[in-house]
Amino acid sequence: MRVLLNGDEQQVEAANLAEALEALNYRDVIVATALNGEFVPHDRRAETPIQDGDAIEVLAPMQGG
Amino acid sequence: MTERQFYGQSLANRLLLGTAQYPSPAILADAVRRSGVEMVTVSLRRESGVERAGQAFWQMIRDLGVLVLPNTAGCHTVKEAVTTAHMAREVFGTKSIKLEVIGEDDTLQPDVFGLVEAARILTDDGFEVWPYTTQDLIVAGKLLDAGCEVLMPWGAPIGSGQGLNDVFGLRAMRAHFADVPLVVDAGLGLPSHAAQAMELGYDAVLLNTAVAKAGDPAAMAIAFANATRAGQAAYQAGPMEVRDMAEPSTPVMGKAFLL
Repeated sequence: MRVLLNGDEQQVEAANLAEALEALNYRDVIVATALNGEFVPHDRRAETPIQDGDAIEVLAPMQGG
Repeated sequence: MTERQFYGQSLANRLLLGTAQYPSPAILADAVRRSGVEMVTVSLRRESGVERAGQAFWQMIRDLGVLVLPNTAGCHTVKEAVTTAHMAREVFGTKSIKLEVIGEDDTLQPDVFGLVEAARILTDDGFEVWPYTTQDLIVAGKLLDAGCEVLMPWGAPIGSGQGLNDVFGLRAMRAHFADVPLVVDAGLGLPSHAAQAMELGYDAVLLNTAVAKAGDPAAMAIAFANATRAGQAAYQAGPMEVRDMAEPSTPVMGKAFLL
């Protein structure tokens, strides 16, 4: 299916958000996720289904003021 | 004098430092270490699964052993800020959040209406909110009503280096909220600005660009830390009152009559 990952279109085959992250190279990284603008906690990713056209945001620590 | 704490946290070093815009991560680490800063601000941004830049940065911050204060920089709506705060709480493992709800892009001044609304949502959810606000006393009161225990009025627009643009407003805020920990956040350009804020009785200063963009960031961080300490000591020592007219400091009594 087609998803928007951090604003870029990507193809991924996954049933839920946890599987999508695994398939999109986010294994063993410290990130926070949102699906279609809603925060999805780490322990809910596996039970959060994804669909064609979903927007996934994957955020990590970064420099800030 | 009773020392004000920040959500129960004591800070010996009252310089809080941002982590952005340094020439390199090593220079940032050097600035933090050599200035003795105890708390730094951090942010969340999109992570590439390939480059994973955020992972190295986070490891470096953890190695510094400092407290982290994640921000909601760049958020313009309540929803964005609240969602970002939730994401930050999970990633950084802290309930502290520097709450920014930006209202306008030229000055980056806060949308105080959205700020109060977001602060209430987040404090109800267990966050310790550090709101980036203005000197407006009514807004400050509403932020306290919303559950904030620290207030962070701006000194001047973010990144401007102008210093304290509204000294009267800052002084009024200090007088009006005598028991509330107050932090001047943003707009400071020189150590003298930090000293001035602390001389007014502020409890800390938070800045980033003035150190990160200095020719020698570590040396400037040390200068800011020293100025912050000097200003704090001066406030605690009790500054004299300003007079309109001169008053001789050398005693007049006993002066020889030599005309």
